[in-house]
Amino acid sequence: MNILIIGATSAIAKATARIYAERRQDLFLIARSEDRLKQLSADLTVRGAESVGYSVLDLNKFNEQEKAIDQAIGFLGTIDVVLICHGSLPNQQEAEISFRLAQKEINTNGLSVISLLTLLAEKLILQGNGTIAVITSVAGDRGRQTNFVYGAAKSMVSTYLQGLRGKLFPFNVAVVDIRPGLVDSPMTAHLKKGALWSSPDRVAGKIVRSIEKRKPTVYAPGYWRAIMLIVRLVPEFIFKRLKF
Amino acid sequence: MEVSGWGRFPKTTAEIIEPVDSASLKKIVLAQNKSDSLICRGAGRSYGDSSLASRMLSSRFLDSFLALDEKAQTIRCGAGVSLDAILKLCIPRGLFLKVVPGTRFVTVGGAIAADVHGKNHHQDGSFCDYVQNFSLMLASGEIVICSEQENSELFHATCAGMGLTGVIVDATIALEKLSSASIRQHSLVANNLKECFELLEANNGSKYSVAWLDCLSRGDELGRSLLFLGEHDEENESRAKLKYRSRGGPGIPFSTPAFLLNRFTMAIFNNSYFNLKKRSKQESIVDYDSYFFPLDNIGNWNRLYGSKGFLQYQFVIPTDAAFEGISKVLSKVSAAGKGSFLSVLKKFGKQNKNLLSFPREGYTLTLDFKREEKIFPLLNELDEIVLDHGGRLYLAKDARMSEAMFKAGYPEWERFLQVKNRVDPSSMFSSLQSNRLGLS
Repeated sequence: MNILIIGATSAIAKATARIYAERRQDLFLIARSEDRLKQLSADLTVRGAESVGYSVLDLNKFNEQEKAIDQAIGFLGTIDVVLICHGSLPNQQEAEISFRLAQKEINTNGLSVISLLTLLAEKLILQGNGTIAVITSVAGDRGRQTNFVYGAAKSMVSTYLQGLRGKLFPFNVAVVDIRPGLVDSPMTAHLKKGALWSSPDRVAGKIVRSIEKRKPTVYAPGYWRAIMLIVRLVPEFIFKRLKF
Repeated sequence: MEVSGWGRFPKTTAEIIEPVDSASLKKIVLAQNKSDSLICRGAGRSYGDSSLASRMLSSRFLDSFLALDEKAQTIRCGAGVSLDAILKLCIPRGLFLKVVPGTRFVTVGGAIAADVHGKNHHQDGSFCDYVQNFSLMLASGEIVICSEQENSELFHATCAGMGLTGVIVDATIALEKLSSASIRQHSLVANNLKECFELLEANNGSKYSVAWLDCLSRGDELGRSLLFLGEHDEENESRAKLKYRSRGGPGIPFSTPAFLLNRFTMAIFNNSYFNLKKRSKQESIVDYDSYFFPLDNIGNWNRLYGSKGFLQYQFVIPTDAAFEGISKVLSKVSAAGKGSFLSVLKKFGKQNKNLLSFPREGYTLTLDFKREEKIFPLLNELDEIVLDHGGRLYLAKDARMSEAMFKAGYPEWERFLQVKNRVDPSSMFSSLQSNRLGLS
């Protein structure tokens, strides 16, 4: 299988890539830091990947995305699975008062993904098969006081994916929306951890299984589906008073 | 965040920093206030306070493999890679680590910092004897390559140096080729300590050997034990034997009430274990997993000792004085009725050149004690016996020994400090343990 991973050096992406490497797949990685891409390629090769290629790209440079995707197709031939993983967790309080920061975060977590999806959808339609998997977040399920800039960007992507799934269905291209809960990774290093937190490895296992089964929307770990159902059901007159 | 070592004592509040690559590690090291304390932590499997400081540098994300050379039989990887990950990768390729400690969950960085040993020390030495080189980030942020040939003084200070010379970033380790992951185990019964010593001596040619001791037995039966000898089962070569195993057995979900472990319950356990094994087959083929890592199959077994934690006491006494010293220790422990499940006796081979390495020619005994106030005076008394017989304690297990005890047991401490002062003059790399022992 040929697998393209975008935002490949994030903790969840790395853990997922390792599972594919152990299964001796071909991988192409896209991320910002060349050093870390080099290191990850070596790691995946040692673990058994059939072949590993990479391209260095700051994903916020929207007009350079196509070049990187073309490089991936040049390397892999066809794309069986593309996994989009990049993201950043903004400081909510700062993003609330600075539109510039909010815009930057929405670019990274929302628009850059939609830009990639636009390009990838076209390529996969031509191919006539494949799976697009995107890591969004449970934060996109309902806007909360403490995290709504990030949440808004993620829910934009989730909504986009819902529509895209229908559009790509006749072309045999599956669209998987992966919504992790709290994951103990470098992105969340500054946050206090508790019982609900899970490891990147656990989330990665779920991602690989969901891609195999071409599931539409998955929560990782699964118990987040129940938690978010409750969160969504809380009446607004109560919810607006909740500071979480 | 509140953290502790594997023994869950002592506990301290620390800030945990998790660099993702050597560039971010360098930033952290350079930004560190030199008078503050910073120490590396791998898997947190040292028992006491070796990995505890107000700021702790976790190697969790330095977990990449860099190169596997199957021909030369070497692996190069980040310091945060666990021995488990190496075995998972290497066993199907017919390669093994030369030395594994009692748990496969330690990291490469931690294994080097403690120069861990396994059941084959009497034949093969300790972990660092197979470390070809490593890169070490110094307090200055500079990365130096250390090996037996290059920066050899720093190499021998960092191997078993408890993280006090700098941060190990990655390392190259020699592997060995084997055709089977199974162990042919031979078990023998010794009715007292004398017999146990004789059997260990007589079976010095066995690749792996370890004795489980019933430390609650007294009188004529003092030191009654079961010996487990092992060899790689090379006779029936087959691909099927090169299978990575990790039988994640049931874990201990929370701290069990400590009173469940008392001398009566332990005597029942020890008696039934002894009698069960005494009657079981003497020769058997076991997978490497249950031979080397029996406790890894019980997740969080450290919680069995209750929320107050426990202390593991491991000492070595030189061969000539070993029988006398160990008898005295066992008599004292048995008289106090403070035994444990896990008393392990093992013969060590020759000492290596690492300045603070624990193993030296002689015998090592490991005892577990539930943490309670009464245990500390008892351990002080044991210290005296160990010192009187020319022995020393293992730093990776220690949570309480005195500076004097340490310095008496490790005569090379001064040379170690000289090297440390050269590369870390402000003693930025320090732990609760190094402060207690006068090493920082």
